[in-house]
Amino acid sequence: MATTLKPVDVVLVGFGWTASIIAQELTEEGLQVLALERGVDRATVPDFATTHIQDELKYAVRNGLFQAPVRETLSFRNTRSQTALPMRQLGSFRPGAGVGGAGVHWNGQTWRFLPDDFVLRSHTEQRYGADFIPEDLTIQDWGITYDDLEPCYDRFEYLCGVSGAAANVAGERRKHGNPFEGDRSRDYPLPPLDRSAGSLMFDKAARELGYHPFAAPAANTSRPYRNPLGVQMGQCTYCGFCEWFGCGNNSKASPQSTILPVLLKKDNFSYRTGCDVTRVLLDNTGNKAKGVMYRDLEGREFEQPSELVILCAFAHHNVHLLLLSGIGRPYDPVTGTGVTGRNYAYQITSSVEVFVDELMNPYMGAGALGQAIDDFNTDNFDHGPEGFIGGGYIALWTTGGRPILQHHLPKEAPKWGEGWKKSMAENYLKSASISTHGSVASHREAYLDLDPTYKDIYGNPMLRLTFDFHENDYKMSDFLTGKAESIGKAMKPRAMNVKKRKPPYSIVPYQTTHNTGGAVMGDDPRTSVVNRYLQTWDVPNVFVVGACNFPQNAGYNPTGTVGALAFWAADAIRKMYLKNPGPLVRI
Amino acid sequence: MHTLKFLWIPMASALAFLGCGIAHSQGNDFNNIQRGRYLAQAGDCISCHTVKGGKPFAGGYPVETPFGTIYSSNITPDVVTGIGNWTGDDFYRSMHSGRRKDGQYLYPACPYPWFTKMTREDINDLKAYLDTLEPVRAIPPENDLIWPLGWRQFMAGWNLLFFDEGEYTPRQDESMTWNRGAYLVNGVGHCAACHTPKNVLGASDKDKALQGGDAGEGWFAPSLTGHERDGLGSWTIKDIAQYLKTGANKDTASTGPMTEVVMNSTQHLSDADLAAVATYLKSIPAHQAPTTAPEDIDDQAMARGKGLYVDQCIGCHMADGKGQDEAFPPLAGSPPIQAENAQTLIQVVLAGDHMADPPSLPTGLAMPAFDWKLNDQQVADVLTYVRNSWGNRAPPVSANDVAEVRKDVHKYGPRFKRMITHALP
Repeated sequence: MATTLKPVDVVLVGFGWTASIIAQELTEEGLQVLALERGVDRATVPDFATTHIQDELKYAVRNGLFQAPVRETLSFRNTRSQTALPMRQLGSFRPGAGVGGAGVHWNGQTWRFLPDDFVLRSHTEQRYGADFIPEDLTIQDWGITYDDLEPCYDRFEYLCGVSGAAANVAGERRKHGNPFEGDRSRDYPLPPLDRSAGSLMFDKAARELGYHPFAAPAANTSRPYRNPLGVQMGQCTYCGFCEWFGCGNNSKASPQSTILPVLLKKDNFSYRTGCDVTRVLLDNTGNKAKGVMYRDLEGREFEQPSELVILCAFAHHNVHLLLLSGIGRPYDPVTGTGVTGRNYAYQITSSVEVFVDELMNPYMGAGALGQAIDDFNTDNFDHGPEGFIGGGYIALWTTGGRPILQHHLPKEAPKWGEGWKKSMAENYLKSASISTHGSVASHREAYLDLDPTYKDIYGNPMLRLTFDFHENDYKMSDFLTGKAESIGKAMKPRAMNVKKRKPPYSIVPYQTTHNTGGAVMGDDPRTSVVNRYLQTWDVPNVFVVGACNFPQNAGYNPTGTVGALAFWAADAIRKMYLKNPGPLVRI
Repeated sequence: MHTLKFLWIPMASALAFLGCGIAHSQGNDFNNIQRGRYLAQAGDCISCHTVKGGKPFAGGYPVETPFGTIYSSNITPDVVTGIGNWTGDDFYRSMHSGRRKDGQYLYPACPYPWFTKMTREDINDLKAYLDTLEPVRAIPPENDLIWPLGWRQFMAGWNLLFFDEGEYTPRQDESMTWNRGAYLVNGVGHCAACHTPKNVLGASDKDKALQGGDAGEGWFAPSLTGHERDGLGSWTIKDIAQYLKTGANKDTASTGPMTEVVMNSTQHLSDADLAAVATYLKSIPAHQAPTTAPEDIDDQAMARGKGLYVDQCIGCHMADGKGQDEAFPPLAGSPPIQAENAQTLIQVVLAGDHMADPPSLPTGLAMPAFDWKLNDQQVADVLTYVRNSWGNRAPPVSANDVAEVRKDVHKYGPRFKRMITHALP
């Protein structure tokens, strides 16, 4: 029998980036806000302290900061013809757990999507004709535009202290930065990070080929910074331990380093850790949420009543919770109807390793220290002759040179023993990797639903992922890999490894944690779970926020857009919903 | 211009300075209570009269002294265990003369030697505020004092030797601001209780006022005199006020017990009062700090210390010791780094610390603990290096100094974990 707790105004499921932003915004309205986090409590000191955080074995190899599959996992299959099996280890993607969410262990690569990304279907149809889009691709427009979201991008960048060079400020074109970016209202809050040797070599090579390289935007502070909430950040030390690690120097933006010092002091905010939310509780009309049900670490069940429920967990969990709670009609791939779980997408990556004669000193890195080109992203080039949709950026990141996982060896190098050591000694300081970061178009056969066989520790059906890359993805990725290879060649390496993405999609080796879709936004309830304000069409007092809202995946890291969407939803709630609770979009 | 006129009328000045921090009371209860609340903050009553995890002002906090442990009293208006049945006169006598309602002597762990300087009106208002608190029935533990100090009558002799009873008398040759600062610092603020060295009987050494003293539990409260290196000589009035308001300024950030003082007390003072405190402190002449000659510093210790500094410290405090503006405090040229006694620095290195996090500077940036990572000699070496690099000059730190503080850290635990952080009702 569940214990019923004292009601709150707003309950947030999860306590990562989106929950922190929304909590900060809604507490300003005087609302009583509660966040329920499945993981543990964490603070910069002592949990990420510089005295111990640079421990690759503990954090990167043994998954120090991630979701533990022993408590929560999903089942997987490539196609509908297979039987999905539960994952006992997570490899291809590694969702975070704990206060701060994946905002603790990310790299800080903070992109804005391009204006065309938000209108991908209509733009593609307009430029290339409706027939250009293969029938199985279920790509669609977002229901909002880049211009709608621009002020929110700006707020997220200033919250985080993003270091970068802007090329397009208030209509003024500048020499540095990404010439393809959308109009921005102002410059980045901080100048770019100091360039690595690899960045400079990539820059030169890409420029020689006529491309437009720029310093990638980084939520790693190039200077000490004080954000609009008055929170202080230290300057990045280029220690090379961003991804998979918390930042002990308050240099990588995270909820802890940007919001929590202010939020946690508010009397009208509280949070609880070790809480697995298992249901959004609906009243008997099914159109109104009463609150949520959760289990604590001892398995006790609690009912937390709330006026407003906002799902702020990782994409998979938000969708799982919607499916378990019966919010939105589950997607059916046979008929192509239903919305919840529809348009799941991933990203397709590849790399080109270069071995050079110059010292690259890879250990002096930062998670988002990189040089990139955007010439082949979204629709920055003519897709007509290529016959695919989408694109991605190509970048040389100098994220670090950790001993266990971050080194490159030529193909012919021995895999162990003396020869391996020799090759390592020769190549560790003189190698780098150019990566491509490609979009994945949502596909009729890629989706999330409830597993008919396997149950989680609470006896609920597990989330099932059915996913494979499709022809469009491989074509696009091969195209990007070819461009990366040409840049690699222009760096005049003594050796090069071209690592294409080969079929089928494997959930085992790490690729990226940029899982999207399943609760997509849009302006048509037949093809989206939430409206343009991220409010569920069916239950107006439930909002869902995160990468699960992306109708398809773009060729960028998602956090910039996820942060912007959190501000966007918070604004809608503050300015519209609270004045008149109910559907914000009527069809 | 009122202010100018008052400056030229000594009598008016003498009367007016006492009230310049807050709207003057006119027999209005609400005003009196608000003044009293402000004074309770200025005196940081809550920090000593509250035990971690306990009800505010209900006492029981252990004040560690060289003579044993004294537990603070319950000053909520509970009639049995608090001061609920004390009259205004009773309360005034305790603050002014160091005597309880029953006539027994207080121990000077309660800073009556400073509170005696407070005006009757201020003490009345403070009582008016305390009377509004929720009464809590709580009896503090028995004091644990070395024989024969458990006998309170001993304090009669102590008072005779060391206690100058009497309200503050304004100095006619000083400004209203200065007088207000002197009143706050030497009265309700009782800064000297920590910042002045004590004699063998635990009395503050008046000849060495504010030259740096024992803050208890292995913490050292640095000098507040005008000494450039070991004092406030290099700080402007604005620097001092900023430190008291936010816990940090261009040169340093508060640590240990002072963070508690900033959070519970000085951040709440009005800008006028902070300026007054700073004005008064700036008028204290430099003391004779012991000099450290370059030959007093062991080159090998410096070399070892530099290596440790590069490995452990430069990420935040930078190679040049200048820290990071807007973030981590500098070590170069920082007076507390060059304090005569390095206890506080050793505490911070061993146990780590969190900066004050008032609304004006909410981050609470923290330094991690190194006690598990560095041994006594390493802590000594890195501190000797920090205290004697980039133009800094201060006595070297020995492994024994570190070992002593390490004992205190083990005994009491990190100070920041025991901070009393109640907001005042």
